[in-house]
Amino acid sequence: MRRYFVVNGFDGALTMLGLNMGFYISGSVEPSVAVSACLGAAIALGMSGLTSAYLSESAERSRWLQELEEAMLADMSDSLHSTATRVVPVLVALVNGGAPLLVSLLITVPWWLASMGIETGLQPLKAAIAVAFLSLFGLGFFLGIVSGTSWFWTGIKAMLIASVTALLIVSIGN
Amino acid sequence: MINVKRVVLDILKPHRPNALEFCGRIAELGPGYRVKLTVVEMDEKTQTLGVVIEADNIDFDGVKEVINRMGASLHSIDEVEVINSPDTPPEKR
Repeated sequence: MRRYFVVNGFDGALTMLGLNMGFYISGSVEPSVAVSACLGAAIALGMSGLTSAYLSESAERSRWLQELEEAMLADMSDSLHSTATRVVPVLVALVNGGAPLLVSLLITVPWWLASMGIETGLQPLKAAIAVAFLSLFGLGFFLGIVSGTSWFWTGIKAMLIASVTALLIVSIGN
Repeated sequence: MINVKRVVLDILKPHRPNALEFCGRIAELGPGYRVKLTVVEMDEKTQTLGVVIEADNIDFDGVKEVINRMGASLHSIDEVEVINSPDTPPEKR
């Protein structure tokens, strides 16, 4: 589950970073347009994560249960294994879809505040890009904690990935 | 009243749940249950077990339900020990 959260969180953060870098290259964008674009992408990422995970995990679990039933020479439909085959894909799908959606919505917050006329003292585009970088650092930090390695360096590595992505977009865009 | 005191079962079980959890779930059927499990054989996906259950009165239907719930299957009852206990008469007031 942790792996799915990080992998899909990265998807969400990098996609939002890419979208905002696109806004940067295009010169200017209305906050309401940016909010709509980011929301659309966030929902699409969430749906993609949710449905792809559910379908693939269900298929894998069903195949695993079938193989186990063949080895056991018994119907296991009343067992905990059968329950797990139904429940685990739902949990995995929720994490897979929820992670990119949450991260994407977080990065959209500066645009949303600007569209509501709320002054934050920062340009929404720069704030959104900063939140994207911080989100990636946060995911790297989480990975470092989970793996027992240096959370600082895994966070820095994640930000490096974000920097390379941003530079690629800018160089291709220009 | 017939009380089942001891049974020896031949059970086929997937690797998970492990032996500790499997025995624990059977023992949860009631106070005083003693469960001893021996792994007789093992392959890639399954284990063949010899399970000895002892109690004052074994709830065999409960045991079967736990075995099924754990994804295992009962292959045979290899030993049984029962006792015919006299029914305790109700206390006279």
